[in-house]
Amino acid sequence: MSEPVTMMAAPMRLDYVFTPGVAQGKNMHGLERGVFIGQRCPKCKKVYTLSRGSCPTDGVPTDEIVELSNTGTVTTYCVVNVPFAGQSIELPYICAQILLDGANLSFMGLIQEIPAGEIRMGLRVEAVWVPPDELGPTMASVKYFRPNGEPDAAFETYKEYL
Amino acid sequence: MADEGVHYSADHVLEYPYVRSVGPTVGAFLTGLRDGKVVGIRGTGGRVIVPPTEYDPDTGDETTDVVDVGPEGVVTSWSWVPRPRPKHPLQTPFAWILVRFDGADTSFLHVMPASGPDEVATGMRVRPEFAPEAERVGHVNDILHFVAVGGGA
Ligand SMILES: [Zn+2]
Repeated sequence: MSEPVTMMAAPMRLDYVFTPGVAQGKNMHGLERGVFIGQRCPKCKKVYTLSRGSCPTDGVPTDEIVELSNTGTVTTYCVVNVPFAGQSIELPYICAQILLDGANLSFMGLIQEIPAGEIRMGLRVEAVWVPPDELGPTMASVKYFRPNGEPDAAFETYKEYL
Repeated sequence: MADEGVHYSADHVLEYPYVRSVGPTVGAFLTGLRDGKVVGIRGTGGRVIVPPTEYDPDTGDETTDVVDVGPEGVVTSWSWVPRPRPKHPLQTPFAWILVRFDGADTSFLHVMPASGPDEVATGMRVRPEFAPEAERVGHVNDILHFVAVGGGA
C-alpha cells in the first residue's frame, strides 16, 4: 500500500454571466466612447461617477446623464511599494482618488508620468485613454491619469470629497 | 451618438485552486477509496458511520475504529436527474442515490446511471464501480458510479 491520503484538491470555480444593468451600462457605454459619464440626482443635484443608478442619500433614481470632463483633481492617494501576486505595474506606482471636474464623487485611478515622490493632494490630472480602436465597455479603456500641467487645486475645492 | 439603450453582459469566472488537508478520519476514507475499498468509522453505541466523521453527529462523542464496509449496499433514497448539468459527475441521465453499505448504519451519496427512473428503486442492491487503480487519487470520484447488483430493481 502507498502512503495515506492527507490532502485533497478542492478547486472552486464559478462561471457566471455578469449583467451590469441599465445604470452601469450607461457608464460602460461612455467608457466605450472615451467619455466619463456621471448621473445626477434630481433632489440633491449631486453627480455620481460610476453610479449604480440611485442616489445613496435620497434613494431616488439618478436619471439625468451628464458627460463629465476628462480632467480632475487628486483628492488623496497611495504609493504602492510592496510587491504582490498578480502585480502588473512597475513599482512604485500611485493609486489615487480622482474627482473629475463636475462630479461629486471620486473614484480610484492609476497615476503615471510623475515620480512617486511628487504626487500630492490637489494635483490636477487628465485621463489617458487607450487608442480608439481598443476602447471597450470597461475601465481598462482608461490607461491611466497623468498631470495636466494646471496649477494645483485649492484644498477648499475638494475638501468635501476626502 | 449616445445609444443609452445598450445592454451589456460579460462572462466571468471566479476560481480558487484550493488544496485542503483532510485529517486522519476523512483521510482514512479517501485512502480506502484510493485502495479500492470503502471504510466507515464507529460512533456511539457501535454504529458505523459512512462517510466517516470525526465525531458522532448525534451525540458529539469522538468516533473510534475505522472499519471496512460494503462494497455492496442498498439504496435508501434517490432522485432522478433527466438532464445533467455541466458540473454533474455524469453527463448522461442518472440518479443521485443514498447508499447504505453493508455493515454501515448511515447512507452515502453517489450517482447511478440508468436509462430511466424505472430502473432505480429504494431497496435495490448496488455496488460501486471504481476507477482503474492507476487513476485513483483518494477522492470521492475514485468511485465512478454505482451499478445494480444482480440485474437491477
Ligand atoms: Zn441625492
